[in-house]
Amino acid sequence: MNRIHTLFNTKKERVLSIYFTAGFPELESTMEIMEAIQTGGADIIEIGVPYSDPVADGPTIQDSNMVALENGISLKKIFEQIKGFRAKIHIPVVMMGYLNPIMQYGMEAFCKKCKEVGVDGLILPDLPMQQFIDDYKELFEQYGLVNTFLISPQTSESRIREIDENTNGFIYMVSSHSITGAKDGISDEQIAYFERVKAMNLKNPRLIGFGISDAETFSKASDYSNGAIIGSAFIKTVKDSRNLSGDIHEYLAKVIDN
Amino acid sequence: MFYGLSTINYKHMIKVDEKGFYGKFGGAYIPEMLHPNVEELRENYESITTSQEFQDEFRGLLKDYVGRPTPLYFASRLSEKYGAKIYLKREDLCHTGAHKVNNTIGQIILAKKLGKKRIIAETGAGQHGVATATVCALMGMECTVYMGEIDIARQHPNVERMKILGATVVPATSGSKTLKDATNEAMRAWINNPVDTHYIIGSVVGPHPYPEMVARFQSVISEEIKWQLNEKEGRENPDIVIACVGGGSNAAGAFYHYYNTPEVRLVAAEAGGLGINSGKTAATTAKGTPGILHGSKTILMQTEDGQVVEPHSISAGLDYPGIGPVHAHLFDVGRGEFVAVEDKDAMAAGVELSKLEGIIPAIESAHALYALNMIEYSKDDVIVVNLSGRGDKDLETYIKWGKY
Ligand SMILES: Cc1ncc(COP(=O)(O)O)c(C=O)c1O
Repeated sequence: MNRIHTLFNTKKERVLSIYFTAGFPELESTMEIMEAIQTGGADIIEIGVPYSDPVADGPTIQDSNMVALENGISLKKIFEQIKGFRAKIHIPVVMMGYLNPIMQYGMEAFCKKCKEVGVDGLILPDLPMQQFIDDYKELFEQYGLVNTFLISPQTSESRIREIDENTNGFIYMVSSHSITGAKDGISDEQIAYFERVKAMNLKNPRLIGFGISDAETFSKASDYSNGAIIGSAFIKTVKDSRNLSGDIHEYLAKVIDN
Repeated sequence: MFYGLSTINYKHMIKVDEKGFYGKFGGAYIPEMLHPNVEELRENYESITTSQEFQDEFRGLLKDYVGRPTPLYFASRLSEKYGAKIYLKREDLCHTGAHKVNNTIGQIILAKKLGKKRIIAETGAGQHGVATATVCALMGMECTVYMGEIDIARQHPNVERMKILGATVVPATSGSKTLKDATNEAMRAWINNPVDTHYIIGSVVGPHPYPEMVARFQSVISEEIKWQLNEKEGRENPDIVIACVGGGSNAAGAFYHYYNTPEVRLVAAEAGGLGINSGKTAATTAKGTPGILHGSKTILMQTEDGQVVEPHSISAGLDYPGIGPVHAHLFDVGRGEFVAVEDKDAMAAGVELSKLEGIIPAIESAHALYALNMIEYSKDDVIVVNLSGRGDKDLETYIKWGKY
């Protein structure tokens, strides 16, 4: 069974997924960060594949992408870095990246490589659902990769149902109409949207992301979903860190411990 | 030198399909957060823009505000020099100085009909930004223009023009701080303001339906060429149409009604920069490969790893790493002839037109003029060069160039 399914079968609350940018802050930080995310107690690791033009991302993740690219990261390099990670890491690992670098690598070669190294799922924010169904669904299934689609407060109920139908990992609920980046707190309007989607009784678990940054926002998001995703706030934690593992553990302990 | 396919191998209708593809290129590769915005546009643009009410307002403003029809001018001294019958389609005489305003007029009326209150746009040289700020002033709409920090510094007069017109200019400080990053910022701003805001894209790029929608607004150019040429030459079809391609909106407009008339040759002049093998070029079809940029599958300049490469051209309006999907398709099926015009040659062609015809062209348009030196034609051929803009905005560049 796919590790993502196993996870959600056993843990239905306060699932914590951490996004990080591969190759940041140093080219060779990738594995150290992955291990620290696991030992720090998070449930899912999202490996961000850097791209020169990340349109859905705010300044923090944009900058980390630029630095990682300057450091010399590429999809090829990421696969070299994480090769053999399943010897140490047992929690689910998801690759998150924009379509163009993956297309240049070759979609089938990419899926095959993901399976080979032990990646469980994919989040490709600029792959539209229809294109996925037409071109890639079978391929993902063939390589045992679960896919995750995003929804936003603007997504219509009928489209959420369609997305639920075509997702088989978890649904990524973008917390507000916004690009990525930590904000202050969670508004009543956002809570109304969380409640509206919760009441839809979707078949997939839901994780809330974008603007989740600390214990408070994590807990609040978890009240209305199966858990949350932290990206920008985590990137800030590792950005100037001189002790990656230590700082990551400290940060995660604060977020998880309520 | 000639790049691309020289023979017209006319097998494919040039037409967008219902998913927004021209052959292999196009589509709408956008994050889900943009789906509602783009879908609203896709569902409504066709019925709105073909309605009588829209057309009356659009045509009325093009006539009385923009100054259309723009002349189709027989350039006799240029014709004599090149040994063909050369006509210039005078988009440089449009209000605001370039063809860009044809599109912004169309989109602002559309935005109003969609009930939008705010407009956002990206700009490189500032021409599209000025054209957007202009129509926003005309309609009393709030306007924010995203512009790369580097472009703000090198296109200062246009920044001030936008401000005089009441627009807010926001520097794009991400990535390479030029047009592609301004486009990213505008897309991000649209994600952040999905309900009351319309994004006026400035060329035939972006997710479906933008490329086709912008091309249709610009298609007034070839619509006019047809009847104007008929008046002057007794024929609607020239032998050749030449236009420059940044994103490709003036070219799409000049080609539109000739796409499926194979006897009309379509020549697209891209910016060769310092030379296509110099590493400083914007010659997308010469140096690019298929990929995804700003929401559509097209040809773009990128590394092997799929990172977008920063282009170079002396003309800020052609300084873009991709081309609209329709042009990728024209190239792919051999319907378009693509040439790469280097900075120095475009500048020389701009000076030449100034001296021969008393018209100082935009440096973008000068690329199209220089293409006359790169293609083959015979003495009796009727050639239309789309003069997409005037050179006022480029005075600094001409002065720095100095060879006049
Ligand atoms: C005068 C002029 N011509 C051409 C262009 C290039 O745009 P497009 O290729 O969309 O016509 C610009 C863009 O700023 C322009 O100002």
